[in-house]
Amino acid sequence: MRARLNALAAAALTVASASVTLVGAAQAADQPKHGGIVRFYHRETPPSLSILEEATFSVNAPSMAFYNNLIVYDQHKPQNSDQTIVPELATSWAWDKANTALTFKLREGVTWHDGKPFTSKDVKCTMDLLLDKNPNDKLRKNPRKGWFEEISDVTTNGDFEVTMHLKRPQPSLLAMFASGYTPMYPCHVPSAQQRTHPIGTGPFMFQSEQQNESIKLVKNPHYWKKDLPYLDGIEYTIIKNRATAVLAFVAGKVDVTFPTEMTKALEADIKKQDPTAICEIGPINVNTNLIINRDKAPFDNAELRSAMNMALDRKAFIDLILQGAGDAGGSLLPAPEGVWGMPPDMLKTIPGYGDVAKDREKARAIMTKAGYSKDKPLKIKVSTRNLATYRDPAVVLIDQLKSIYVDAELEPVESSAWFAKVARGDYSVGLNLTGNGIDDPDQSFYENYGCGSQRNYTHYCNKDLQKLFDEQSQMTDVAKRKKLVWEIDKKIQEDVARPILYHARTGTCWKPYVKNLTVMTNSVYNGYRYEDLWLDK
Amino acid sequence: MAGYLIRRFFLMLVTLFGISVLVFVMLRLVPGNIADILFDAAGLIDTADKAKLEHDLGIDRPIIVQYGNWVNGLAHGDLGYSYVSEKPALQEIAPRIPITAKLAGLALLFSVAFGVPLGVISAVRQNSALDYVLRVISLSGLSMPAFWLGLLILMACVAWFGTIPIYTDPPKGFWNTLYLYSIPAAAVGFRSSALVMRLTRSSMLEVLRQDYIRTARAKGASLRNVNYHHALRNALLPVVTVIGIEAAFLMGGLIVTETVFNIPGVARFLVEAIRWRDYPIVQNLVMFIAVVAVGMNFLIDVLYAVLDPRIRLSG
Repeated sequence: MRARLNALAAAALTVASASVTLVGAAQAADQPKHGGIVRFYHRETPPSLSILEEATFSVNAPSMAFYNNLIVYDQHKPQNSDQTIVPELATSWAWDKANTALTFKLREGVTWHDGKPFTSKDVKCTMDLLLDKNPNDKLRKNPRKGWFEEISDVTTNGDFEVTMHLKRPQPSLLAMFASGYTPMYPCHVPSAQQRTHPIGTGPFMFQSEQQNESIKLVKNPHYWKKDLPYLDGIEYTIIKNRATAVLAFVAGKVDVTFPTEMTKALEADIKKQDPTAICEIGPINVNTNLIINRDKAPFDNAELRSAMNMALDRKAFIDLILQGAGDAGGSLLPAPEGVWGMPPDMLKTIPGYGDVAKDREKARAIMTKAGYSKDKPLKIKVSTRNLATYRDPAVVLIDQLKSIYVDAELEPVESSAWFAKVARGDYSVGLNLTGNGIDDPDQSFYENYGCGSQRNYTHYCNKDLQKLFDEQSQMTDVAKRKKLVWEIDKKIQEDVARPILYHARTGTCWKPYVKNLTVMTNSVYNGYRYEDLWLDK
Repeated sequence: MAGYLIRRFFLMLVTLFGISVLVFVMLRLVPGNIADILFDAAGLIDTADKAKLEHDLGIDRPIIVQYGNWVNGLAHGDLGYSYVSEKPALQEIAPRIPITAKLAGLALLFSVAFGVPLGVISAVRQNSALDYVLRVISLSGLSMPAFWLGLLILMACVAWFGTIPIYTDPPKGFWNTLYLYSIPAAAVGFRSSALVMRLTRSSMLEVLRQDYIRTARAKGASLRNVNYHHALRNALLPVVTVIGIEAAFLMGGLIVTETVFNIPGVARFLVEAIRWRDYPIVQNLVMFIAVVAVGMNFLIDVLYAVLDPRIRLSG
């Protein structure tokens, strides 16, 4: 009996010690390791490294790690929202009672990569650059000037406090500041230098950039966050040919693919060749849309614009172009990844989002009334940028328009001439892609549908709706704001301001030894700080 | 001979001047400039800011003034600044030339080393099984697109060896360099050697039918002596021309190979610079390629004179 008890006790001890060992090993495996260089491939040579001057995440992906914001979206919460904003160079922030002054308390002891201290003067300089008020410096391009239009003045109170004074309440200002698009620039470095040799306070410093070859970042040894970054550096190898890039990833020449660059088919191909690869496919808050020239005949006729919208079979677009990896939605990214997207039930009530056959029947009736028929179709050109992501859906669109007596011809336009052509109004129907820097109605509404906005390519202008833009923009109650935002978005779609064809989902793949990598699901511009990324090898 | 060379040299200078004017004018005839592209990339239509950028870069000046500035800069060794990287154009272009030169040199070596001997064998063994095999290989070399062949090689490397010979970092040491360049060079050289082989074969067949070859055989010269001493030397004249043209082409025409194997050479850089309308880079790179092409032609002319006494004497 005693012998059996001893044996049982021994067995229990063995199991217990084995469990302790396993738990210990698991904990050790989760323990971040210092050192190593993570290798990404980059899809192209970015136009420059200056985030404030550019509007493509080809810049944000390598450059976000050079900088810090005042506040930033939590880099490990895939869905950006007001609840995921965390302090960075600001330790705290507060609105005044009228919600027209936003004060940031700044972190002390932070230095720029060249050793100079970070102070409120740098914040003021950055804001003056963005507001185009800096007497000594000017951004070559200022694509997000409109984000900060409500800021009338920026004042400092000592070295570590800064206040933004607003013309009216705008709670979404926090989202603008939390975006990867709003890093702080040093006052003592000309903004032009940021294009070629960025100086920031971020976890990584600029090492080198060779056009068409590579971008190299090296660890900032004086980073203000203790023990970070874990990595010694980050390397981006520029591989323009996607097939080569995928093979380079499979062969282990790079550890991570370029963010959100993998299609569903490519992701399946990667998983087949390297089953250990981790791949995530998700929305990127970039929508493909139709721009219809409402200033010119025949589409100055609202009924014809409506017919165009009702001819669309959005599911067919998603199945054909994205192999099902996409979502139908309004101008704001649909839930669950999107914070502000219209609920599906509401979406279905909008013409063009319900029964395709019935909608097309209505569209044909409109076309017949306007004098068009199968034998006498409306002849138009569908203009689009001469890039596959634009051309492919344009071809599907042309096919779908045949169902309502529209005989369309594809007009591929050289990329460099595209926006100038659209600005001149030298198009009838165009196919366009719109990316949203942040998942917030203010950015989308004012930029794309606001009266007089530079990016409102169709010149849609609804004064009543504009008032509602301002109303929702000032609301602090999120639930109430959401309801109003849905109504506005519904109205925009009903007005055929810029019919949304689909919101694409694309993927990122990485090797299993790359730890702490989070892919944002409602913006492709905000998740590249990489300060706590580490390699388990 | 001297007169012949001097005439050729002056013709070369006139050609280069013509090319410089053509490149300069054509580049500006293409719609869009760097300001359009930079502002387009940001989705912005801010005409005032765009005009300022054009003014800062000097691309709003009359074309003749811009041309004068460029030629004046060239004369003083100043190639200008890249609009994209904002670095001196020379600093951007210079490191890429040896990369492409190595790739082109190896490809040329491959094409000559395989193309000439196999072409001779194919001609000498005309209509034999070996001739048919070599002709099939050469035809496939000519008909397979470099893009497809390159990708096939990369896929095979990943599947069989778990690695991929693409350029992610500058190679270190001789063997690493050879490893990195030899596979793309073979992919390029395969097509090139097929061309050289077919030309050598047809040229050899033509020469082998000449009376003096028959005479040499009748006099009892060995087959080897007839084929390699009498026939090959005369058959090489058109082959040398093609090799020269290939060499010039390889310096600027390897866009597909450089893209597939991710080699940061001249051609890929040139295409990218054209995309950005980076005038200083495009102008200077095209001029460099033109100098290589015209220089190669000059060298071929000299070689002609060396190989063919009739050219020497008539010159």
